[in-house]
Amino acid sequence: MKKWPAYMGKQFVRMVLLIVVVSIVTFALMKASPIDPLQANVGQAALGSMSQEQIEKLQEYWGVNTPPVKQYLEWAKDFIKGDMGVSLLYRQPVTKVIGVKLGNSLFLMIFAWVLSGILGIVLGVIAGMNRGKTVDKGIKGYCLVISSTPTFWLALLLLMIFSVWLKLLPIGLSVPIGVEASGVTFADRVRHAILPAVTLSITGVSNIALHTREKMIDIMESDYVLFARSRGETGWKLFWQHGFRNVLLPAITLQFASISEIFGGSVLVEQVFSYPGLGQAAVSAGLGSDMPLLMAITIVSALFVFGGNLIANLLYGVIDPRIRRGGAKG
Amino acid sequence: MKKKKLMNRRQKVLFGLCFSVLFLIAICIAGVLCTEEARVTDFSRKNIAPCLQYLFGTDWLGRDMLVRTLKGMSLSIFIGILSAVISAVIALILGIASATMGKRVDGFITWLIDLIMGIPHMLLLILISVALGKGFKGVVIGVAFTHWTSLARLIRAEVIQLKESSYIKIAEKLGKSKWYIAKKHMLPHLIPQFVVGLVLIFPHAILHESSITFLGFGLSTEQPAIGIILSEAMKYLVMGKWWLALFPGLFLVLTVILFYVLGESLRKLIDPGSVHE
Repeated sequence: MKKWPAYMGKQFVRMVLLIVVVSIVTFALMKASPIDPLQANVGQAALGSMSQEQIEKLQEYWGVNTPPVKQYLEWAKDFIKGDMGVSLLYRQPVTKVIGVKLGNSLFLMIFAWVLSGILGIVLGVIAGMNRGKTVDKGIKGYCLVISSTPTFWLALLLLMIFSVWLKLLPIGLSVPIGVEASGVTFADRVRHAILPAVTLSITGVSNIALHTREKMIDIMESDYVLFARSRGETGWKLFWQHGFRNVLLPAITLQFASISEIFGGSVLVEQVFSYPGLGQAAVSAGLGSDMPLLMAITIVSALFVFGGNLIANLLYGVIDPRIRRGGAKG
Repeated sequence: MKKKKLMNRRQKVLFGLCFSVLFLIAICIAGVLCTEEARVTDFSRKNIAPCLQYLFGTDWLGRDMLVRTLKGMSLSIFIGILSAVISAVIALILGIASATMGKRVDGFITWLIDLIMGIPHMLLLILISVALGKGFKGVVIGVAFTHWTSLARLIRAEVIQLKESSYIKIAEKLGKSKWYIAKKHMLPHLIPQFVVGLVLIFPHAILHESSITFLGFGLSTEQPAIGIILSEAMKYLVMGKWWLALFPGLFLVLTVILFYVLGESLRKLIDPGSVHE
């Protein structure tokens, strides 16, 4: 057990290093882009009618002429101090933009993450315990269809059914239109988050359900379950005493490792529902070449993903002593 | 024990395989054939809900949605295949390199995999396609660069396992060259894995391709890729034109499922043991 601090330290250093590289890669990719930020944001027509001075000012604003390395170093220096710069599109400090957007997104993602995790485990266990029966086939089929469905299309479908036809839920945004910020109640926010969150949860289920199902099948074929069965244990009792803990831990670790997917899904879902979250900000930052904002979003999301993976790794170690001792597992 | 079935398992798998291959080829051919028709606008027939003559309805410019969907689907399949092949080749090369070229290379490649997996796929796709100027190239390269990681890991694990097997050790002791061993002993083992992995990258590739196009980073609006059709349909959804989004999407789902079926059937045929896992 004394190796733990060293292991943690090593993981931490690795993570910091990866974050640094992520920021460099993001920066390099954005810089390599042939898209001229001036043309993308100001427009060809407006540029044509501007004086040379104005254009130069704009170029300075969008950082067109600054040497890349210098620009990156300056950005990094500020970033370490905690200043993420000013978003070029929103004209507000990035920290503030991210704070607001992240708040909206987290609400959605945490809900979806928890719900899809629970649903996925339950479905997976049911399918695994009834292998080959109709329930199993149904759940498997459902998972196949869901994992083949593009998230944004599912979002469109739900939008069509619940907002356009049944008019039960609002069409988009995170708050009602035409209401002052102080007049927005928590219930309003929840009402606006329901559809995006449900979409995300539905798509998140299939992966975890299929994985849990396979684990459950393994468990059901093990000797200890065979023995328990021969003692006459069935159904719920069998699951609770022999399956539950064995299946829960791998499922939880998988769920922690799936944060990246939830994030990717939220980009699409937020776009469809015009939900002002981090994903939507990422899309507009990408389309508008808003370097500081996109950098910050990439780093924040990478932090989440690495954090999730780290927790998953640690959980594996806590749960399964064989892995802690260093036996590698695919 | 069981009822006598119409087909045994193997026949069922073969049937699924043939059906999906035929269907996908049919979509591609249909798509290639109706390039011109997909662009035809006819204002005398705009916004028709699905009927017998226009099975998928028509859009606000009077374009036949069935033809557009077919064209878009074939375009998406083409992009999917291209990027899946590129990414599978990357996976093969890096997977083998990682397993055979010593600890340093291995460390670097696993680190690279971690890095790519660390940035959410969608975000990396956005970044790459912006870096390459948002066109066809951006989509293909973006998708190819984000999807090789899991297959590379698989191949790496496989090669490491193979290297430990006795017949390769014996071949080494017999003085066979590295190239000979790789070609004669390793490749035959890797090819089935590789082919199955390749086919199973398709569905993801197509899904991500359509997603990125949907977000506006992919192809230009003149090319009726499926993502473009759906993002245009979104604007008309509120006006009750449900068929614009429903049918192209259903078609996309169907195609992706068929690719899954294709991949799984191939896996079952090439590696029968995997069925019982």
